[in-house]
Parts: sequence; C-alpha cells; structure tokens
Amino acid sequence: MENNLLLQINNISVVYSDVIQILKAVSMDVRKSQIVSLLGSNGAGKTTTLKAISGLLKPENGKVTEGTIDYGGHNVQNSAPETITRLGIIQVMEGRQAFKYLTVEENLRVGTATRWGKPYKKDLEMVYHYFAPLVARKSSLAGYCSGGELQMLVIGRALMAQPRLLLLDEPSLGLAPLLVKEIFEIIKRINEEQGTTLMLVEQNANMALQIAHFGYVMENGKIVLEGDAKDLRENPDVKEFYLGVAASGTIKSYKDVKAYKRRKRWL
Amino acid sequence: MRRLRFHPCGNFNETYREELTIFETDFGRLSLLVGLILLFVVVPFISNAYILYIVNTIGIFAIAAIGLNLLIGYTGQISLGHGAFFGVGAYSAAILSTKAGFPFLIAVPLAGLITALVGMIFGTPSIRLKHLYLCIATLASQFILEYIFVQWEGLTGGAAGISIPAANLFGIDLGSDRNFFFVIFFCFSLMTWMAVNLTRTRYGRAFIAIRDNDQAAEGMGIPIFIYKLLAFGISSFYAGFAGALFAYYMISITPEPFGIWLSIEYIAMIIIGGLGSIPGSVFGTVFIVVLSEVLSNVTQYLMNISPSIGGAITIAPLREFVYGLAIVLFIIFEPKGLAEVWRIGRSSFRLWPFSY
Amino acid sequence: MEFFFQIVITGLSLGFLYALAALGFVMIFKSSSVLNFAHGGLMAIGAFLFLVLSAWARLPIWLAFLLTLIGSFSLGFIIERFFLRPLIGEALIEVIMLTLGLFYMIKGLLLFIFGGDLYSYPDFLPPVLTFHWGGIEVTGVYVATFIIGLIFLGLFGFFFKYSSQGIYMRSVADNQPAAMALGVHVRRVFALSWAIAALVAAMSGIVLGIINGINVHEVSDIGLKVFPVVILGGLDSIGGAVLGGIIIGLLETFTGGYISTGLREVIPYIALIIILLIKPYGLFGLVEIERV
Repeated sequence: MENNLLLQINNISVVYSDVIQILKAVSMDVRKSQIVSLLGSNGAGKTTTLKAISGLLKPENGKVTEGTIDYGGHNVQNSAPETITRLGIIQVMEGRQAFKYLTVEENLRVGTATRWGKPYKKDLEMVYHYFAPLVARKSSLAGYCSGGELQMLVIGRALMAQPRLLLLDEPSLGLAPLLVKEIFEIIKRINEEQGTTLMLVEQNANMALQIAHFGYVMENGKIVLEGDAKDLRENPDVKEFYLGVAASGTIKSYKDVKAYKRRKRWL
Repeated sequence: MRRLRFHPCGNFNETYREELTIFETDFGRLSLLVGLILLFVVVPFISNAYILYIVNTIGIFAIAAIGLNLLIGYTGQISLGHGAFFGVGAYSAAILSTKAGFPFLIAVPLAGLITALVGMIFGTPSIRLKHLYLCIATLASQFILEYIFVQWEGLTGGAAGISIPAANLFGIDLGSDRNFFFVIFFCFSLMTWMAVNLTRTRYGRAFIAIRDNDQAAEGMGIPIFIYKLLAFGISSFYAGFAGALFAYYMISITPEPFGIWLSIEYIAMIIIGGLGSIPGSVFGTVFIVVLSEVLSNVTQYLMNISPSIGGAITIAPLREFVYGLAIVLFIIFEPKGLAEVWRIGRSSFRLWPFSY
Repeated sequence: MEFFFQIVITGLSLGFLYALAALGFVMIFKSSSVLNFAHGGLMAIGAFLFLVLSAWARLPIWLAFLLTLIGSFSLGFIIERFFLRPLIGEALIEVIMLTLGLFYMIKGLLLFIFGGDLYSYPDFLPPVLTFHWGGIEVTGVYVATFIIGLIFLGLFGFFFKYSSQGIYMRSVADNQPAAMALGVHVRRVFALSWAIAALVAAMSGIVLGIINGINVHEVSDIGLKVFPVVILGGLDSIGGAVLGGIIIGLLETFTGGYISTGLREVIPYIALIIILLIKPYGLFGLVEIERV
C-alpha cells in the first residue's frame, strides 16, 4: 500500500507575499498510475496546490510555509521548478500557455527541456499518435491555432517530458463540450497506456469524476471532502453543488442550502 | 465637512469625490501653503547667486520632467526624444523673439505650442507602433531634430547658436536670477497644478487606461490614437515651455545641450523620482541636478588638489559613471523611485511609534 | 563609375559590420525581450580588451583574440547575474533604463581609463585577403568582416531554428512562466544569451577597431546605430538584422558620397521612421499575435 504512493502532501500551508494565506493545512495522497481530481469553486486554492507541487509559486512570491511535500523520497516543497521538473513532475498551466511564436513542433520540442540532448523522436510520434489533429499543424505558428488544438498542444508538450506525475490545470476551460469529451478520453488513455499519474484540477466536476480514480474537494483553502471518485459521484452534497443534480430533482429551499453550509463548517 | 484633521487610520473614502481629492487632510493643504510661502518669500532672498542658479535650473527642468512623466508614467509611451523637444522649445522661443520680435509673455507659451505640434508630428508613429518600436522611433526623432538644430543654419544659427535679448515682463527686466526665479516658479506651480489636475480628469484616466492595457482601453471606447497623440502633445508642450524658459534664462543657446544625453537625463529624473508620480518628477529633478552639481564640484576639487591627475586624464567621465550607477541602483533597489521613499518615510513617521 | 563601386564596397562592408553588431543585440532580444542599450558599451569593452591584450601586453594575436572572447563571455554572465537578474519580471521601461545606466557606467569607466583618444591595433591581417578588381581596392578588413559576418549569421540562424537550446531560448522569450513549468532553466537561458551577446559584441567591436581605430565615443555610438539596423530588419529576425545592416550601410555611404556628410549621420533614422510608418514590425519582424 505504502509502496505505490507517489506523492504525499503533508499539512501544507501556502502564503503569498508573506501575508495572504491561500492554503491551510492541506494534505493529499496521490497513488501511482491513478487519476486524482481536485474539485472546487474559483479561489478555493486548487491552482495554488498544483503550483506548490510544481514549484511555480516562487515567481509569484508565494511560499510553502508549513508542512512537507514528499515525492518519491524527495522533499520538494519550495524547490526550484527546474529541479522539480527534472524529477518528473510537469504542470500544464491554466489557459493554454503555448509559445505563440514557435511552431507546433518547436513547442513540443521545448517539452524536452528536462532531458536536454537526449533523443526525442519517439515521444514526438507518441504525441502525434494521441493528438492526431496536431500533425496537420506541425509547422504553423502556435499563435494561430484554435483553442482545442492549443489544449492538445500543451498537454502533448508536457508529455514530451516523459512525466511521472502530470498536473493538469483546467484542461476543459473554454472548450466546446464535444472537444472536452475528446480531451478527457485522451487523458484517460494516456493514463491507462503510459501509466502516467495525473492530477486534474477541474470545474467540470462531472467529467473529472468520470475518469478519475480518486477525488478531493476544496473550499477556502481546505480539503472538505475526499474519497473514491465513485463515492464522490454518489455523495449528495457533491451531486448538488458540483454536479448540478438536486437530490430530489426540484429546486431546493434556502433552508437546505444553509444546512449544507452548516455541515461544511464542521468539516 | 472641512475638518482640520490628521490622517485617519485607514482608507475610508465613501464617495468618488473623496477618492479624487489631492490632499487627504487639511494638514496637507496647510503644508503646501507653507511650502509655497517658503519657496516664494524665503528662498529667493536667502540664497546666493549660485544656489539661486541651481534652484532655477531645477525649476525649469522639473517642468519638462513633469511633462515626460505624463507621457511615460501615465500614458506608458516611452519617449527618448524629450531632450530634443526641450530644444525645440528653446529654439522656437529664441527665433520668435529675435526674428519675429515677440515679447517674452507671448513667445514662451507660443514656443510651447509649437513644440506640442512638433511632438505630435513625431508622435504619429504611435498609431501603429508600440513598446520598443515606439521607443526607437522617438530615438530617431531625437537625432533628426538634433540634425535640424545644427544644419538649418538660416534659422537656428547652426553650431554658433542664437543670442536672445534679455526677457522683459511688464516693464520689469528679468535679467537677474532673482527676478527670473519668480517667473520660473510661478510657471512651475501653475504647470504642476495643471498636471495634477489633468491626472484626475477623464483625460488622465484615459491615459492610465492606455498605459495599463491599450486594447482594453480601446474596447471601452477610448479613441487611443487621439489620446496617445494628446499625451505626446501635452508632454511636448511642457518640454517646449520649459525649453523656452531655459532659452531666456541662458540668454544664448547652441545645439549642444539638447543631445541624446539630455533625453537620458530626463528619463533618469522620472525613473529616480518615480514613474507615474508628479511629485516624483520634481524629486527626481532635484536629485539629478544636485547630483550633477555635486559631481562637477568634486571634479573641480580633485583637479585643484592634484593638477597632475587632472591634467593627464579628465575626471569628467566620473559624471557619466555616477549617473549610470545612480540609475542602476535605483532601478534595482527602489524601482518606484524617490516618491516611494518619500511615501514610506512619511507613513512610517505618521504611524510612529506604532509602525504597523 | 569607380567612385560608385568604391561606395558600394564600403557600404557593404559597413553594412556587415552593423549586421555583426546587431546580431548580438538580436540575441538578447530574442531570448529575453530586453532592448539592450548597453550593447555599444559591450562592443567597446571587447575592443579595448583586445587592444590591451594585443598591443600593450603583446600577446600573440590568436591568444589575445581568444582571451578577449572568453573575457567578454564571462562579462556577459556577470552583467546578467548582478544587474539583470534582480529585474526578472519587472516592467519594460525599467529594464531598458537599466541597460542605459549600464551603458553610461561602462562608457564612463572606459573614458576614465583610456580617455577620448584614438588607438589602433597592430597590423595583423594577412595581405592575401586584400584584392584588387579593376581600379577598386577591397582591403583585407572588409573581406574579413564579410567572412566573419557570414559565419556568425549561419551559426545563429541554425542555432535558433534547429538546436534545442535555441528553441528553449525562444520559448523563454515567448512565455516565461510556461517555459519554467516545462523545466526550461530560465536563469541559465538568460545568462547564456547575455554571455553570447557580449561575445558577439566584442567581435564586432574588434572588427570596428580594425577598420576605424578605436575611440570610446565612436565605438559606443555605433551601439546606438544598431537600433535603426535591427528595427529595419525587425527586432527578432537574424536575417533581417543582416539585411537591415546592409541597407543602412549602403544608405549611409551613398548619402555621404553623393549628398552631404552631415546628412549621413541622420539618414538611418529618417529611413527608420519611414519604414516604421509603413511596416510597424520592421521588414522581417514577427507580427505580434494579440488575442484578448
């Protein structure tokens, strides 16, 4: 059981600019070859959690002030992103941050930065295999690609690094429902075929819980719920507040909402 | 509503009007009044000629620096041609007074307007250019204007320059430093007042919007090109006005002082003073002018104590080195400039002894 | 007619000199989007270092050359480490002003040491490089400039287009946080680009010194002349830098030869304004892709 633990977050607190506390004592376990999804409303601290793992807090003047992040025996909290990425943790940032002036293929080649100088042809083929639409756009500038192509590009670019743990930040942001479905299927396939461990931050809780093995729900910088994805899907609160299905199918009264809020306070 | 009060503990603005006030407390107004009285009544009478000369130089340069800060600090359009615009103002005033015989009172504002026009012409590339490209285009305008100063001998007198008859205002001769002091600082106060108020109007807000995100500004219905041109015009007007005062103050002008060095000096002033801050521009000007005077005194002193060194190698490069160093240090350690130092100092004083 | 060809030759070699100077400049711009006003200063440092090593310390030319390149390379590293690194993430104008401040520091320092005199290198170019063609003489320096320019152009083009390190550099210029997330060593990229740029600047400083002799004012002024060149070609295009250099070089010599020597100094800037009004991103510059 302990052996297949890939990443263990132990009670971390994250503070920006020395004053703004975003995460309060967050703990998480990520097991090898699983998809873990992290749900929550805007500002809950999901992206901050990812950045704490990947070391990208530093450029934003953020810091892990307490707790540890243990990754395969290394303590990686507050390490430089160069170090962390070389250990195999790659984050795909929110909002499809492609290199606009580089061609699609050059974009993918940047993904090899963690293992500079080693052959990458095979990985390129692998990425094109998963994301077939990219082949046609190979030599056009990424700045002129559509949103869906860009999302495929940035995920593919991260795959080029041969990550052991891939952190995906809102891959469905601003994409058409059909495309979202396609992307999630590919994510699932990557997980199954490559054995890559994935951590998925999503607003689209429905989709995320369908492909994930395990899930965490965050609110106000704390984990409020955790459990197998299957259980979470059935959880009445998650159903109501994240999946948009009211238990009875009717509009609930304000009283019930308050009951949930009260319950939440206990968590 | 009028209360003589010190700063409240925190920001409790309830209306936009309150947010827009220049002075948060009557204490601020009072200190301005005291400052103005000190400036106009005490300073000119206790300073000797040398100090008065420095103070006058500061006044003239500060006007131009405020203009540049309106352009760079508020509108976000980097200009490397401000020194040349200052020169355009000086030459316009000189030509207007010698060739056309305009009196001081008309020549100076007119020189400002002419410079504004020239500035707007050289600001036209900002229709399509942004950031670095615009910066280089203004660098080009610096060199082109410099070339005109030297080569258009019929108008500018070439390298020999122009001599200007002493200024005369309402029958009072402005030849002396002290008389000119009042003119300079009256203009300085007026121009500062105008600049501070400009930043509170819709124009000022439009400038800031363009600086922060020009596409979003355009999306909100600000005709950005017109406003950019306007910013160039206003900034050049300030430069030209100051240049005209400079011409009258110096009595004779040559192309030499208006080189790229002056443009750099202006940028140094507003960077050191604080971008996007009117008082900052003044602080920066004081800093640079005083630094420059101190350096030239040090140079002279060194030359006096050891003429052998002074003769063999000039210590003039010291000035360039120290300028460069001052700019570099300020940018690395206090990028918001002296205005920020002032603000921090003031607020820590205000909160003393409970500094949190 | 001979006068015409002589002007063409001079213009071309001047153009290649500009192009060489512009290359180092484009290097920094491409990797970190910094407009480096200190470039003229870096050129001057290279030129004077070579002077000290070759003429004063009397080292063999090849050794002096090698040491100069190594010295400039390290200098680039040092400048990046101590001056540019604290500014990562700051606004554009502050970085520009910092390089301007650096420029005046370097210039002041060099003036302090060497004064405003004109120095010249010992003569070392093999006479083979000089050739005559009809009545036109092409001196060895020009040929050497041409060859060095071509070599560097090829190297740089290849480096940015195909090598992994070059692609990483471009990715950093493009989107720094994203590059960081992928494990690109951003600080190393910046340091490397400054080091290479300083090296190329030293090269061009030396070439300039061979042609005109070296003088602090003159060498550092060429640093400003680089701006019309790079803008003309487009700030981030290496081919553009070379073409821009040649255009400006020819423009200058022709204006100087046929119109007036006074206009010669300004004509690049006039051309610059006209070109920018027609093509705001230069002849070959990347059009900024803006999507809100």
